Amino acid sequence: MAAENQLHVTFRDEDIESLRKQMLSFARLQLDDEHLAEDAVQEALAGALKNASSFSRQSTLKTWVFSILRRKIADVLRGQYREPVREACKECSTDDDELFDGRGHWQAGATPRRWGDTHELADSTQFWQVFDTCLEALPAEQARVFMMREFIELDSAEICASLELSTSNLHVLLHRARLKLRACLSDHWFEREA
Amino acid sequence: MLSCEQATRLLSEGQDRTLTFPEKMNLKVHTAMCSGCREFGRQLGSLRTLIQEEKDAGPAPGKK
Ligand SMILES: [Zn+2]
Repeated sequence: MAAENQLHVTFRDEDIESLRKQMLSFARLQLDDEHLAEDAVQEALAGALKNASSFSRQSTLKTWVFSILRRKIADVLRGQYREPVREACKECSTDDDELFDGRGHWQAGATPRRWGDTHELADSTQFWQVFDTCLEALPAEQARVFMMREFIELDSAEICASLELSTSNLHVLLHRARLKLRACLSDHWFEREA
Repeated sequence: MLSCEQATRLLSEGQDRTLTFPEKMNLKVHTAMCSGCREFGRQLGSLRTLIQEEKDAGPAPGKK
């Protein structure tokens, strides 16, 4: 398969095979139909691997691949229930926010504080483990647009076109993603208890 | 006067598009007085730089 050839550049076959297995068991749980599950995994994997070279770590690739798989599964489920083509952007609603108070000002505990030196942090394996955990904790759609923007470096227009999102929805998703990601990194890395 | 939620939204959008002059002015006024949003803006920049450094250093020897 063409998509797989591209991949050899960065990831080993075993890595992909183990990723595929994890995807399949996830898809089976969601779809309850072996064929649909395999199709979804195949499509998601092929789609995801086109950009695999943007992800140099296996764990980030996994988050990326799963964000695509979740979307595929949602598409399949939507098709089964014959719902309207595009659901409203459900992660766009600006509710349930622990970050801001009723007037839109930072809650006391949520106010960003200085991160300190990020020099050479990129070399820290532990930091990227925390980063991946934080990325994975985001709602799938937010994680996905964040990765498209920051790792694959697509511009807004390209992301909107490929996901059929309006520009303002995209900006909302990226805003939410960045708010949560930086809060998570602060909690679990920059301001963690020693 | 922008709220912090609005200010962070603009700071985030500033990573993805060029802000208009009035938007920039509003942000300047807000961040001059608000350390939380000032740090937020800084951290977005750090995040982007970190991801860039990590990608550049990534173990992808045969990258095309
Ligand atoms: Zn503020």
